[in-house]
Amino acid sequence: MLTRWTRLGLMALTTVIFATTAGAAADQPAPGFSLPARGGSTIDLSQYKGQVVMINFWASWCVPCRQEMPLLDSIYKKYKPLGFTLLSVNVEPDQKDAESFLKQTPVTFPVVFDAKSKVSGLYNVQGMPTTVFIDRKGNVRLMHVSYKAGDENLYMDQIRTLLRE
Amino acid sequence: MQLNLPLRRGGRWLAPVAAGALCLLYGAPSRTDVLPEDRADALGTYYSGGGQDITGMSVLVRKKVGDHVSLSYNHLEDIVSGASIDVRTSGASPYREKRAQDGLNGEFLYGKTTYTLGVTHSYEPDYRSNTASFGISQSMFGDLTTVSMTYHRTWNNVFRMTCLIDDPKLDYPCVEKVHDTSFGKKDMDERSYGVGLTQILTRNSIISANFEVITDQGWLSNPYRSIMYATPGSGAGFALGPEVDPSTRTSNALGLDYKYFLPWHAAVDLQYRYFEDTWHIRAQTAQVGYTQPWHNFTFDGDFRFYTQTHADFYSDLFSSANVQNFESRNRELSRFNSFTVGTGVSYEFHIPHAAFLSRSTANFRVDHFLFDYKDFRDALLIDPSKGMAAGTEPLYSVQLNVMQLFFSVWY
Amino acid sequence: MSLARRIFGLTAAVGLLSQLWACSSIEPWVKPYERERLADPIMAFDRNPVSSAYMDHVIEVRSASRGGSGAAGGGCGCN
Repeated sequence: MLTRWTRLGLMALTTVIFATTAGAAADQPAPGFSLPARGGSTIDLSQYKGQVVMINFWASWCVPCRQEMPLLDSIYKKYKPLGFTLLSVNVEPDQKDAESFLKQTPVTFPVVFDAKSKVSGLYNVQGMPTTVFIDRKGNVRLMHVSYKAGDENLYMDQIRTLLRE
Repeated sequence: MQLNLPLRRGGRWLAPVAAGALCLLYGAPSRTDVLPEDRADALGTYYSGGGQDITGMSVLVRKKVGDHVSLSYNHLEDIVSGASIDVRTSGASPYREKRAQDGLNGEFLYGKTTYTLGVTHSYEPDYRSNTASFGISQSMFGDLTTVSMTYHRTWNNVFRMTCLIDDPKLDYPCVEKVHDTSFGKKDMDERSYGVGLTQILTRNSIISANFEVITDQGWLSNPYRSIMYATPGSGAGFALGPEVDPSTRTSNALGLDYKYFLPWHAAVDLQYRYFEDTWHIRAQTAQVGYTQPWHNFTFDGDFRFYTQTHADFYSDLFSSANVQNFESRNRELSRFNSFTVGTGVSYEFHIPHAAFLSRSTANFRVDHFLFDYKDFRDALLIDPSKGMAAGTEPLYSVQLNVMQLFFSVWY
Repeated sequence: MSLARRIFGLTAAVGLLSQLWACSSIEPWVKPYERERLADPIMAFDRNPVSSAYMDHVIEVRSASRGGSGAAGGGCGCN
């Protein structure tokens, strides 16, 4: 006969199992989107079909995001000629802070503004920064949350793997 | 509001502490949290009021070592000049004295758990204090919630100084002080247990709750303060006696802090704290603060109200000598209200040719305190010849000004 | 129901519930990309730790109450 406490414990256990299996969107088609870009134009994800795409969700108030920006720029310059592109998605409602950060830390890759958090929601962003790797067929292959020193090597490994396909 | 907390058993806070501890055992780190930023601060302070002037300085340096460790070192010094009303009431002369404190602190981040270790050493001629601290904090719910536990253990040695050379012609007559060998060295130990919870409520608001139990054991009195008891018909009508405090004290404090982001880019801060202890002191603090950035400046304004009741062995004037086992006339244990108004301004600037400094600020702050004692009298005004007998002199009140000037850099 | 079973069941429930509360990915209602206001320095509880440590010390020396603010103590035989 199950005591009240043991039943409660089992309920908690099953909830835990269900909760922890709620997962990320690996190996599924990357959700499409179209966002205003820096400089005034509009960028649509579909225009990069056939290339390896790395989407980086960032904000100027996020310290690790700011730290990885110059490294992302070198990665972009290195792999762009090989069919790679880096799409930087700024998640702030006001573009003013992003623009003033980019003035101090210039980058050469395209930056788009997700002011209403539509795309962040679509990609189920779980932390800042979040880096998404999309293969040439348009499928999400890896989602990496946060940045610490050395992660840029992880990024480059993933890019090389996807470029070879 | 009356919180009836089980002071001796402390059982009410055990359940969330146990839950937090269990989680730390089962917890699987998933995403990284962040360590505090690297920074250095240099602070100069000036406190004036109540017959005392205290100039102070404090320097702190904090630096990350690798990805998981942040270390900090703090050194502070105070030079106390003058004499408070308590010192003057007991007949002692104004003095000048230095206190210094060193502290070392380390934070270690693994996954979503931060471990903190710290040691502090404080020394002045008549007081030595050593503290060891340990803390754990854990982030959960997508970083919306942080639960923390802290433990501090303090060892204190209390001495008493006497004046070897006391020259009344000088501003600070007590020129040379030595340890009073008849007093010797008294020990006082303190243990503090704290639990904290920080919760993000909405995009614009966050709340923090902190509960701390502190227990003291040993010699808890003050070597320089005296009690007063009535001696009707003799001289001034009162005599001084030694202060005798109980040798144990346990206190509970619950603090709440709520911050809200205002749409025009400002912040409001509301704080409340409730305190009670085994000496039957009950105290409440309420504070409102407002922060307004404007271009490179940030302006702060605060108002604080504090009220406390007296310890059950406190009296301004005892009816006779040794009427109670424990007796104190320590104004910090009396019934009083305190009002504080504070304001600060901070200016952010870039130091030329210092690219390794990501940010630097110059800051100035001034706080004005008013203490209104309800059962502590200004004994210096006792003068039976003018009709001011002990116990009838006016209640004491004092105003203090505290000024701070500090510079901070981030790298 | 014996006391031992009751204690075991309670410990298991507390353990598993704390696992649920603390360690699984419950959907946060403020998303990581919605934290710009909370990340603003003016929303920090302790923007200038050296300054607030000094003020906490001044206040603690002049009153009977201590603790409850999350700040560590320090020794002082202040008169």
